[in-house]
Amino acid sequence: MAVPGITRRPITKSQLADGLFGLLVGLLGLGVLGLAVAIGINLASGAGPALGRFGPVFFSRSVWDPVREEFGALPFIYGTLATSFLALLLGAPVALATAVFLAELAPRWLRGPVSYLVELLAAIPSVVYGLWGLFVLAPLLRAAIEPALGGWLGSVPLFQGPFYGVGIFTGGIILAIMVIPTIAAVSRDVIRAVPADQREAMLALGATRWETIRLAVLPAARSGIIGAVLLGLGRALGETMAVTMVIGNRPEIPASIFAPGYTMAAVIANEFTEATSDLHLSALFGIGLGLFLLTLLVNILARLLVWRVAWGPVGGE
Amino acid sequence: MDGYRLTGHYRRRKVENFLAQGLMVLAAVLSVGVLFAVLGFVFVQGVSGLDLNLLTQTPRPPGEPGGGMANAIAGTVILVTLACVFSLPVGIGAGIYLAEYGRSGGLAQLIRFMADVLTGVPSIVVGLFVYAVLVLPLGHFSGLAGSFALGVIMLPTVVRATEEMLRQVPDAIREAGLALGLERWKVTLRIVLPTAFNGVLTGILLAVARAAGETAPLLFTAFGNRFWNLDPTQPMAALPLQIFVYAISPYDDWHRQAWAGALLLVALVLAVSLVARLAGRNTPAGS
Repeated sequence: MAVPGITRRPITKSQLADGLFGLLVGLLGLGVLGLAVAIGINLASGAGPALGRFGPVFFSRSVWDPVREEFGALPFIYGTLATSFLALLLGAPVALATAVFLAELAPRWLRGPVSYLVELLAAIPSVVYGLWGLFVLAPLLRAAIEPALGGWLGSVPLFQGPFYGVGIFTGGIILAIMVIPTIAAVSRDVIRAVPADQREAMLALGATRWETIRLAVLPAARSGIIGAVLLGLGRALGETMAVTMVIGNRPEIPASIFAPGYTMAAVIANEFTEATSDLHLSALFGIGLGLFLLTLLVNILARLLVWRVAWGPVGGE
Repeated sequence: MDGYRLTGHYRRRKVENFLAQGLMVLAAVLSVGVLFAVLGFVFVQGVSGLDLNLLTQTPRPPGEPGGGMANAIAGTVILVTLACVFSLPVGIGAGIYLAEYGRSGGLAQLIRFMADVLTGVPSIVVGLFVYAVLVLPLGHFSGLAGSFALGVIMLPTVVRATEEMLRQVPDAIREAGLALGLERWKVTLRIVLPTAFNGVLTGILLAVARAAGETAPLLFTAFGNRFWNLDPTQPMAALPLQIFVYAISPYDDWHRQAWAGALLLVALVLAVSLVARLAGRNTPAGS
């Protein structure tokens, strides 16, 4: 650039403005990073007193007694994991099959509308799911479905005991509905990302459509689908209002899935504003920290898997 | 091959194919059916409680029939507006950084990844965070804290939507601007951003729709308020919050209002997402 006879000019106003703008948006980008870090730090410092008092055992103690100031997170961890597991058990197959339908089977004119309707499931606010769960689903479960299941599988302790209508089972069903749009939308996208050659090769060999899906399409999309299910799991673990309204709010580890339980998010929602002491508040922060770390782990795993399919060489395993 | 056609093996494959496809159709019907089951109940139960009082009155004391959700509707509008004030400048700025400056650099990748991960942080946890940084230092619950919490929830969606839409603007447009002697920031703000405007708007509206329906992050930030209040430094009511309180109350009249409120909320959220869809349809990069 050093042309003889032309001296370097001083930085102009416009160059300065350009630099400042670049710096500004860079800082805003860093702000996003800072926010994630700040959330972690604030939760940890809020949880400090409770974790200091009880140590790591806080997460494996099953006593929750605000009056005697004895706190342990196990019943809530159990409730969160049990409802989320049920949600995946019931919701993931339906969501995955819906995704395959949308990506492989549905006629072109039907794909757009059905995709839109399934995505609408994600747009319904969780408090509305809670309302529906409390006044429509819970009575239905108590009167018909739980007795039927209890009669059929009653020899297994998991299905014994009185039918409350509210409890782990109800929470799991509500969550199953809520994870369907997440799993279906992401799975549909990763299934579509599988190259058409794979299908054509399979069909050319004389395979049926189902064999093509099972042997050529799904294996190629496998890690993306696992990612989609993990994203759904992340949503189920952190879901608050809908579960709070149908879980029954009892800090115990019940033997039956029909019995009331409690989840990590629900206990924070219910007890935080009524916390009786600083230690109680801190214990709730501790549960929040646990929930944060759990969802962080699940989401990071999920994103890595989905990114690998979306950006990496597809089907090249 | 003719003999093969008649074997049981072939027939089994055909039946299996038929059953599997049938199950997938069934699953899709079930997914859509659940949507209609929820929306249908909200509509049927909500319509009977929908009246002018709901829109114009504030809540009566517990147990006393009547009253409405005017304060909660106003609260939701204010909370979401303020949440936009918090999240849009930061979100659009960060999105610009990712699309125009950071691109595929290491820092940009990290920010992109954290934005995606932030999307998955439970909203109740965001509430805890805002309680620690705003409610505790200020000493009381406030609409401001509530809208900040909603802003945190909107942020990652806005960042990623802005980035994705800016990326779809062809480089030729940027180069044309630069070749005319425009500075880079002017190219970004006056050419690239307007070109991608509809797409960015879609992302923002989807974030707004999500924020408007959130309850959990408001429980101990905005807290709720039974009285008419437009001052964001005070505790503030919100539609989802009031639906929650009414739903778990023992009063029939409050249950009726909860359903009517839910109908309002669902209509609001669906209307915003529909507008978002329509805006998205008109992007040059879209379709």
